[in-house]
Amino acid sequence: MKISTQTQQKIAFTLLGIASTVVIVPVIVIFAILIQKGLPAINWQFLTAMPRSGMRAGGIFPAIMGTLYLVSGTILVALPLGVLAAIYLVEYARRNLLSRMIEVAIVNLAGVPSVVYGLFGMGLFVIYLKMGVSIIAGALTLAIMTLPVIITSSKEALQSVPRSFREASLALGVSKWQTIRCVVLPNALPGILTGTILGISRAAGETAPILFTVAAFYLPRLPKSIFDQCMALPYHLYVLSTQVPNVSPKIQYGTALVLVGMVFLLNLVAILVRAHVRSRKQW
Amino acid sequence: MRKFREFVIEKTILLNGFACILFVVLIFFFLAKDGLALFKFVSIQDFLFGTLWNPLAEPPQVGILPLFLGSLIVTLGATVIAIPLGMACAIFIGEIAPRWMRETLKAGVELLAAIPSIVIGFIGMTMLGPVVKNLFHLPTGLTALTGSIALAFMAIPTIVSIMEDAISSVPRIYKEGSLALGATHWQTIYRVMIPAASSGIVAAVMLGIGRVIGETMAVMMLTGNASVMPKTILAPVRTMTATIAAEMGETVRGSEHYFALFALGLVLFVITFFINLVADAALHGKQK
Amino acid sequence: MVDPVPEKIVVEDLSIDYGGVHALKHVSLSVKEHEILGVIGPANSGKTSFLRALNRLNDLDLSSHLTGSIRLNGKDINRDMEAEEVRRKVTMVFALPIPLPMSIFDNVAYGPRRYAVKDKRKLAQIVEKSLQAAFLWDEVKDRLSSSAMKLSGGQQQRLCIARTLAVEPEVILYDEPCSGLDPISTAKVEDAMRELKSRYTQILVTNNVKQAARVGDRVAFFLMGELVEIDETNRLFTAPKDKRTNDYLTGRFG
Repeated sequence: MKISTQTQQKIAFTLLGIASTVVIVPVIVIFAILIQKGLPAINWQFLTAMPRSGMRAGGIFPAIMGTLYLVSGTILVALPLGVLAAIYLVEYARRNLLSRMIEVAIVNLAGVPSVVYGLFGMGLFVIYLKMGVSIIAGALTLAIMTLPVIITSSKEALQSVPRSFREASLALGVSKWQTIRCVVLPNALPGILTGTILGISRAAGETAPILFTVAAFYLPRLPKSIFDQCMALPYHLYVLSTQVPNVSPKIQYGTALVLVGMVFLLNLVAILVRAHVRSRKQW
Repeated sequence: MRKFREFVIEKTILLNGFACILFVVLIFFFLAKDGLALFKFVSIQDFLFGTLWNPLAEPPQVGILPLFLGSLIVTLGATVIAIPLGMACAIFIGEIAPRWMRETLKAGVELLAAIPSIVIGFIGMTMLGPVVKNLFHLPTGLTALTGSIALAFMAIPTIVSIMEDAISSVPRIYKEGSLALGATHWQTIYRVMIPAASSGIVAAVMLGIGRVIGETMAVMMLTGNASVMPKTILAPVRTMTATIAAEMGETVRGSEHYFALFALGLVLFVITFFINLVADAALHGKQK
Repeated sequence: MVDPVPEKIVVEDLSIDYGGVHALKHVSLSVKEHEILGVIGPANSGKTSFLRALNRLNDLDLSSHLTGSIRLNGKDINRDMEAEEVRRKVTMVFALPIPLPMSIFDNVAYGPRRYAVKDKRKLAQIVEKSLQAAFLWDEVKDRLSSSAMKLSGGQQQRLCIARTLAVEPEVILYDEPCSGLDPISTAKVEDAMRELKSRYTQILVTNNVKQAARVGDRVAFFLMGELVEIDETNRLFTAPKDKRTNDYLTGRFG
């Protein structure tokens, strides 16, 4: 039986549409479940109190703060490193073997499994540099892991600034670095910001890199210094769902909801920044 | 004076450019430092091809074949699910969906990508596991298949976004030429545009595979953690990543177990290194 | 006996190639102080490469290679001077206006600010002076803090001229500055150029032969990378010495 090409197309397009639905449905389902089962747990006490009775009761405050500390440390290191590397690649590097190698290195850093980052972080920061299992070790590990995201989005942001701006500035006798600082960077800032926020949201949700470098199983107090351990939301969720028996699902889902809420909020901010910039673009 | 300051700034920028190469080298170095130490105790063949992973036994058995095969099965399963779905979604978003749907779908895919793997593992454990268990009448729902399904959804955003880029950068001439010859939109897509975007598609698949192989938390919570030679996809397995994550906390620094886990990490690093190399070559070749 | 007009720029045996492809071949000429030199020629004649060599913008193209010498006030701009120093003295106005995405005031003040002029009053003075010299002051004096992107094409181009004047150059290069402008804006730009003669040396590359005739004191004709002829405007247009010049001016090609 010969099916007309028009019918073939209709069938194909319908199947494709179904496939796309299949892809999107889990997202909706996950959010729905988290909200339905986790929202009852969320209250001021949950968010600001310390965990009690082996984490079966009380709040998740130290985990939230731990995540915030780690993320701050990550950005403090990864942002300048990443932006400067992107500036090098876009403004200074020539198309030669070296710059190809750097680009390959970035692709690889982006592809290294998160648990391998954990091993690396342990080997270099915790043991070799004797930082011990600490916030600084965890933040540095996460920073290297976040670097590719920041470099890639910063590169794109820098490249989107029209070449003519640079020429106009240079033709006035302004030096290259000043041109970058006064014309290119300010106009690339929104794109850089978006990439940074996305990088933060990834770092906040990672568990494996912090397993051996900073995560504390049960630490019902805030860390005292950057050389101290701390709890973290993703690790806390892991512990609550696999390591501690008899934890009420409400607390588990509540923790998951807080984590996803944080990540989702960051992504939303990034999307809004991006949309705002596009509408305000002057060139 | 200003010249000197500019010189310092430019050299700092240069150093940062090299930083990435430095980090890759450092990662390799620190993995090798403790990983290669294993081979004072155990031969490379026994490590790579041994079928028994029982590092707590006396003497420790550190054959990684069951772990490697575990990773392989889960990866293959995930790829088989993710590629068709991802490709279908990419084509639909890029070519077929109306404007309003496109933005919603793209946002949805981005959100899917943003969900932390631990949350996917958690939800998978509580929701997906029981479904698999009941569907196939298994003793446990934590199997390779469960892991594959969850991982597929984690890889799909990568595949969709790169494939969508690849398809949309096919020159309009190809598409318009085909349509002008009387082909339907669908025929144009699968006869002209997909072959034209093939290197981007290959890159998307490779990067998706890389994502799956490297996944740790979700597999740890969903595949059952049985470090034995996997027999079917409906049985619990152990991946290389989950092994490191699960066991590192309990090893003694400097023990054979410790070195074995680093060696395992080295194997993972090398595998993903090559996958990324191939993917990058495919992407870069396309740009020419 | 009149003192000879000093030569501002002396170009000797200048050749430029881009990765082996020759754009300029053995060009020698001199530019007199305070004159307007028109540079005409068909596409690919090398006139843009010539212009960009004068303020070392060619350096930005990594495949470019230069032999011969260009002297500004006697000093070789490639061997005896830094690129930034050259570009501060020899500024350029481009074919398409390139306002920077900032206010009108900030655009004009951009150059001086980079040279560490911080005094607000001094900056305001410089901005006003430059905008006046570019015949733009009256039109924008009430909205200096509004965005430069909102100006019309002709205004933007005069803004770019003001911007270059603010850094107090000695030579101003124009790369087909009126190609995107309507006749009235073009006339305003040409008026500005005539006014600036007394203080600056100007070189104008243009595809519009009539413009070169209107504005130039002397005109140089380039063809396929060679300088064919350079002479006082009247003489070049009425009695060109080279047949090729005559062919170009009468429209036989180009």
